[in-house]
Amino acid sequence: MGRVLAVIIWVLTFLSVLLFVSKKWWFPAAISEHAPALDRQFTITILVVGISFSAAQIGLGWAIWKFRDTGNPSDRAVYSHGSNRLEMIWTVITAVIFIALAVMGQSVWANLRLNDAPAGSYQVEVVAQQFQWNFHYPGNDNVFGRTDPKLIDDGALNFIGIDETDPNAKDDSVTAALAIPVNRPVELRLRSKDVIHDFWVPQLRFKQDLVPGMEIKVHFTANKVGKYELACAELCGQLHFKMKSYMLVLPEDEIQSLKALPQEQFQTRMTELLAKYSLPTY
Amino acid sequence: MSETHEGVHRHPAPTGFIRKYIFSLDHKVIGIQYIILALAAVLVGMIMSLLMRLQLSWPGTNWPILETFFPTGAPGGLMTPEFYLSLVTMHGTIMVFFVLTTAPQGGFGNYFLPIQIGAEDMAFPVLNMMSFWVTFVGFIVILFAIVVEGNQSIGQWFAALGPSFVGGSGTVGPIGGWTGYAPLSALGKVAGPGQGAGMNFWVISIAIFCVGSLLGALNFITTLLNMRTKGMSLMRMPLTCWAWFTTAVLALLSFPVLLGGGILLLLDRVAGTSFFIPGGLYVSGLLSGSNPNFPLHTGGSPILWQHLFWFFGHPEVYIAILPGMGATSHILATFARKPVFGYRAMVFAIFAIGLLGFFVWGHHMFISGMSPYSAVAFSILTLSIGVPSAVKTFNWLGTLWGSRIRFTTAMLFALGFVSLFVAGGISGLILGQSSLDLAMHDTYIVTGHFHLVMGVASIFGMFAALYFWFPKMFGRFLGEGLGKFHFWITFIGVYCIFMPMHIMGIAGMPRRYSQFTEYEFLKGLHPLVVFVSVAAIITIATQFVFYFNVIWSVFKGKKAGDNPWEATTLEWNTATPPPHDNFAGILPTVYRGPYEFAVPGAPRDFIMQAEADSEVPGGNGHNGHKH
Repeated sequence: MGRVLAVIIWVLTFLSVLLFVSKKWWFPAAISEHAPALDRQFTITILVVGISFSAAQIGLGWAIWKFRDTGNPSDRAVYSHGSNRLEMIWTVITAVIFIALAVMGQSVWANLRLNDAPAGSYQVEVVAQQFQWNFHYPGNDNVFGRTDPKLIDDGALNFIGIDETDPNAKDDSVTAALAIPVNRPVELRLRSKDVIHDFWVPQLRFKQDLVPGMEIKVHFTANKVGKYELACAELCGQLHFKMKSYMLVLPEDEIQSLKALPQEQFQTRMTELLAKYSLPTY
Repeated sequence: MSETHEGVHRHPAPTGFIRKYIFSLDHKVIGIQYIILALAAVLVGMIMSLLMRLQLSWPGTNWPILETFFPTGAPGGLMTPEFYLSLVTMHGTIMVFFVLTTAPQGGFGNYFLPIQIGAEDMAFPVLNMMSFWVTFVGFIVILFAIVVEGNQSIGQWFAALGPSFVGGSGTVGPIGGWTGYAPLSALGKVAGPGQGAGMNFWVISIAIFCVGSLLGALNFITTLLNMRTKGMSLMRMPLTCWAWFTTAVLALLSFPVLLGGGILLLLDRVAGTSFFIPGGLYVSGLLSGSNPNFPLHTGGSPILWQHLFWFFGHPEVYIAILPGMGATSHILATFARKPVFGYRAMVFAIFAIGLLGFFVWGHHMFISGMSPYSAVAFSILTLSIGVPSAVKTFNWLGTLWGSRIRFTTAMLFALGFVSLFVAGGISGLILGQSSLDLAMHDTYIVTGHFHLVMGVASIFGMFAALYFWFPKMFGRFLGEGLGKFHFWITFIGVYCIFMPMHIMGIAGMPRRYSQFTEYEFLKGLHPLVVFVSVAAIITIATQFVFYFNVIWSVFKGKKAGDNPWEATTLEWNTATPPPHDNFAGILPTVYRGPYEFAVPGAPRDFIMQAEADSEVPGGNGHNGHKH
C-alpha cells in the first residue's frame, strides 16, 4: 500500500512537472517592453516553485516508501521530538528565498505602476460598459473633449457622454477597438460607466481593473505591430465571456494619419485596419 | 482522579428525541449536526461544479435533463450564460461558507475539542446550539436564494418590498461570484439578470452565517482557555486543539468585518444608500437617478467593498485549512507511530499563519485600483506567509522520517493532505507577486491554486478526520475497503482536475467565463478543458461511493473498541461512543504531551496522555514539555 502511494505521488509529480516544462500550452508570445522582465521573474519563480514542489513530493514519497510498520512490536519508530537546529535552518533558508523572490518581483511592478507615464505618451481614454469597450482618442489637439454622464446616450451612440459643444471635443473620436503606436509609451485612462471591468491583453502581460467612479491611469509600451485580442477579466455580468475587443499596435505613421482623421473617417479607417492585420497564430 | 470543575454548566442527559437529536446542547450531537450540514451542502456544491464542467467542455450541447429542471435557465437544454454564472456564485458560496467553514471547525472541532482537553462540554452549551441553528437558517436562506431566482412565481413573493426583491431570472441564484464585488452586486435588477432577490438573500444568508460563526468562535476560545482538565497545559494540547483555537480567533476577528460589509451592501440594495456605489453611473441605458428602477447614488467606493470582503476573505482561507492542518498533524503522528516532529515549531507556525493571515488581504487586489504602493507591502507580506507554511511541511516530513507507518484510510488522506497542500500552496509564490499578478490575476491559475490548497487539501483533512474519528463517534469503523478506493480515485482525480488549470491560467484563460468560444487565444486550450471535465466527472462519481460508505457504516460498519488506533489523546480514553458528559463523571488527569509514541522502554509503542508514570513501567515519556 505504502509503496503504491509513493509511486503514485512520484508519477503525479513527474507528470505535473512535465506539463510545465513541455510548454505545449504556455504564455502567448509577448509584445510589450516590460514583458521580458516579467517573464524572466516568472521563470525564476517557477524554478523555485518547481524545485520545492518536486523536492517535497519526492521526500514525501521516499518517507512513505521507506518507513513502514513491519508488524513487529519490537521494531519501533525513532523516538524524537524534533530538532531546534533543523527548525532554525529551514526557517531561515525558506525566509531568505521567499522574501528575496518577493523583493525581486517588485521591479516590474515599480517601473509600471509607481512611475507616471513618460512625457509624450500616446493617450487614450478607455470607457468600459457592460459587455462593450469604448476608446476615446483626443485627436490632433491632444486634449480630450469634456464628457459628462448626463450626456451619455447609448441609443444615439454617444456611449461616453461627449459634450459636442466643447471645442476640444471637435476632433475627438470614439471607437470600439483600441489603436496604439508601436515602440512608444501609451497612457490609458481607465474608467467604467457601470460595474467593474478589467483590461486584459495576454500578450501585453498587463491587466488593470476599470472601476466606476475612478479614473485610473496606467502606462506601458507595446513593441510589436499587430492585432491582439482584448478581453474583460473581471466578472461584469451576463455576457462577460464575450466582452471582447481588439488592440491594434500600429507603426507611428499609421497612427499619425489615423489621428488626423475626423470621427467618421476614423471609424472607417479602424475597420480597414482591423481587417488588414490578422491575429497571431496560437 | 475524580476531578470536577466548579462553575461548569452541567446539564443532565436529555431523554426526548427533540432535545437529544434536534435542539441538543451536547457538543457531540452539535458536531455531528454540523457534519451532516456540510455533507448536504457539499453535495449541492459538487453537483453545481459538475454542471459547470459540462458547459465549459461541451458548450452548445443540448442536455435535455437540464431543461426538465431549469426551463428558464436552460431553455432547449442549452445553458444560458447567466445560469452558468449563478452556478459559479453558488458553488463558491456554498463550498466556502457551508462546507469549508462548517465541517472542520463546527463539526470536528465541536465534537473533539472538549473531549481532547478533558472537558464535559463546551463552555456555553446553549450558545453552541444557537450557533448551529443560526448557521442552519443561513443555509436555508442560501437555498432560498436559489429558488427565488429559479422560479418565476416564488420570485414574486417579496416583490412588495421593492424592486430589488423581485427574482425569477431563471438562474440558480445571483451573479457575482462568491466575492460579490460591488457595484455589480449593489445595483439591483438594473445591472442585469441575477441581480434581483437572489442577491438580497445571498447577502442575508452570509450575514446570518457570520453571526453563527461568531457565536461558535466565542465558545471555542472560552472553552479552550478555561476548561482544560488537570495537567492539560497549553503545550500538552493536541495540535488539533491549537488549530481549532487559532481558527476561532481568526473567525472572531474577521467575521464581524464581513457582517458589517454585508449590512452596508444590503442597505445599498434596498435602502438607496451609496456605500459602494459611486455617482454618475449609467447602467443598461439608464442614468442613476433618472428612473425609479435606478435611484440616485453618489459618493460610494467599489474598492471599499473589496477591502472589507478580503479583510475577512483572506483569514477565511486559513479558517478553512488550519483545522485540516491540525487533523493531519494528529493523524500523521498516530499512524506514523512517532511523536510529532517539532511540536513547538508547529504551534508557532499555526500562530504565525494566523497572525500574518490578517496582513495579506491586499494580494487579492493588486490590480483593483488600490494604491500601487500598498501592493508592494502586501506582496512581501504574502510571500512571508509561505515561511510558516513551509515549516509545517518540513515538520510533517520530519514526523514521517524514521517512522513506522500504518496505512489506514485516514493515514492515506492525511498523507494526501501533505501532498496537496504543497502542490496547491506553492503556486502562492507566483500569485503573491504583484508583478506576476499583472498576467495571472483572475485567470485559471488562481482557480487551480485555491482549489488545490483551500478546497481539496482542506477536504482531504476532513476526510482524514472522518475516517479517523468515525469509530469513536459511531462505534463502528468507516469502511476501510471502500475508503481506500475512495482515496485512490479522489487523490489522482484532483491532481488531474486542478494541475492543468495552472497551465490554462499561464496561457491566459480568464475565470468566470461561461464559455471559451469567443477568443482565438483560448481555442487551443480546449483539449485541456475536456480533460479536466472528464477527470471531474470521474472524481465526483466516486464521492457517491463515499456517501454510501458513510451511511452503510453508521449502521453496518465493523464494530470498534475504545481505542482502535492505539492512539494517545483523551478522546481514546473514554467509551466509544463517549457518554453524554464525555468521561462518565470522572475527568481524566493528563500526565504528558499528546504524541508519546515509540517511547523507549515502554511496554507498548504508545503512552496515553492520561496514563500516570506509575502505570507505565519504564515509560518516562515526558517529552520535555513541562507545565
